[in-house]
Amino acid sequence: MIRGARGGGLIPTLVLLVGALYCLIPVVWILVAATKSNAELFSTSTYLPSFTGSFWANITGLFAYQDGIFARWALNSLIYAVGGGVLSTLVAAAAGYALGKYRFRGSTMIFRFIVAGVLLPAIVLAIPQYLLLARFGMTNSYASVLLPLLVSPYAIFLCKIYAESSVPDEIMEAARIDGGSEFRIFTSVGLRLMAPALVTVFLLQFIGIWNNFLLPSVMLSDNELYPLTLGLYGMLRVSGGQAALYSFVIMGALIAIVPVVILFLSLQRYWRLDLISGGVKA
Amino acid sequence: MTTLASRPRRRRRLQSNTLAVLLVAPAVILLALFTFAPGIYAFILSLLQQKVSGGLFGGTTTEVFVGLDNYASALADPELWASIGRMLTVAVIGVPATVILATVFALCLDARNARLVGFSRIVIFIPYAVPGVIASLLWGFLYLPATSPIGGGIIDYFGSTTIFFSVANIAVWGVVGFNMVVLYTAIRGLPAEIYDAAQIDGASELQIALRIKLPLIRPAMVLVGLFSVLGALQLYNEPTTLRPLANAITSSWVPLMKVYSDAFVTNDIYEGSATALIIVALTIGATLVISAIGNRFSRSSE
Repeated sequence: MIRGARGGGLIPTLVLLVGALYCLIPVVWILVAATKSNAELFSTSTYLPSFTGSFWANITGLFAYQDGIFARWALNSLIYAVGGGVLSTLVAAAAGYALGKYRFRGSTMIFRFIVAGVLLPAIVLAIPQYLLLARFGMTNSYASVLLPLLVSPYAIFLCKIYAESSVPDEIMEAARIDGGSEFRIFTSVGLRLMAPALVTVFLLQFIGIWNNFLLPSVMLSDNELYPLTLGLYGMLRVSGGQAALYSFVIMGALIAIVPVVILFLSLQRYWRLDLISGGVKA
Repeated sequence: MTTLASRPRRRRRLQSNTLAVLLVAPAVILLALFTFAPGIYAFILSLLQQKVSGGLFGGTTTEVFVGLDNYASALADPELWASIGRMLTVAVIGVPATVILATVFALCLDARNARLVGFSRIVIFIPYAVPGVIASLLWGFLYLPATSPIGGGIIDYFGSTTIFFSVANIAVWGVVGFNMVVLYTAIRGLPAEIYDAAQIDGASELQIALRIKLPLIRPAMVLVGLFSVLGALQLYNEPTTLRPLANAITSSWVPLMKVYSDAFVTNDIYEGSATALIIVALTIGATLVISAIGNRFSRSSE
């Protein structure tokens, strides 16, 4: 220990621990707070959990709230995040592979068109998207929240760079000589070699959609279609600074965090954040 | 001989071009329909206004072309400038904090004798997976006097000045880990040889971090700064979620909240569209300015 400290490891370790503490405080607090009833939330020490059975009461109370609407929100969030994540990853993979591995008429133009899309931030477009979809009576549906999220210029960009650097022409050529059709080559060679990029893009898209708030709040008026974020915000607003629903909101927030954190930790080994900084090395 | 070989090749090229077009088509169509069409539609709306014609009874509303009137009135609205000012205040606190903290954490992760590196990296990254709305709920309760474990009873986290720090803190908490990993990756990507000479010269770990690593990761720092500035321009989730708890946050606290309340509360979609496009223009402007500064900044290090 002392030798490690003498080697200059003490200060960086302390800094990292302070950082970890900063990042953990809200998470630990919500674990503690979830064990409390509304009354206990305000009367007991904020650092100590309660063991009066309120944890379970909060769960049952939350799932019983408005005939179990919370379970519906959780399911909706899964539909949006998994469905949107998978579809947008496929869209990005197909486009990135085509732009990275083929030269065809207009391919440079198309790539510029896609990159220009980065300049129109999705969140600013939410309201124009609503106004446009409203013209066609398409708002207040699953499609209205899913469709605008299916294409991410940034994801296409990542997939293109990755396809260029990790799908070698020689392997594609060998597959051609073996008589594989171009489509077979895409599905069996291209997608497989692009797997690390696809996992990364899927996770980024999943988290982006899971965390989405403005788009659903603009598009949806029927609370049966709400994702978790919007539903919990609604509960907080209903309680309007009054404490009536606080313990349910806290439990709901805890439940909303758990699946994403688990997904992250379990896929940790497979995804490559270095792609984000464009640090792809062939 | 040559004709026999070239015919299948031509067919092959045709087949591959067709496939490439088919593969890129969904992305192009979706982008056109859900990114560019709304953008263009917003632009058209921003040039229109609703006029009631036909007298008091049975009057019909029509959309008339008004040129840049909506932009003029949006820009003349002091509330827009006030909201931009508040957004900038949060940015001035949050952007440097994000860049500095992310850089310090990344350098510490890479320090030769640091301990608990794997644990810290994961824990600092976890907030990125927490939705902005949920993060704001969590911090909201941490700030709220009645439930605060961090002295909310003594410090008023929702005061007229402290609110900027409170909002910035939630944003920083959410993104610092992501940016730390981007910077850490940049450091890991540096060739190992560059440390050799420094080590022979007996440079300390701190000197290596500040004199060698830091200048070399400047491009990544510019990228992180750009992410943070763009994030600030699109600030919406955090202040909106805190609003039920904090009186200091108004319905048009930041520009995007103003667009929302223009479009849905006061029902003026025309001026709302103009404001949305002003934010897009600001975003593009910020991107260009930061890239230009970034280019100079990274070049000066070479």
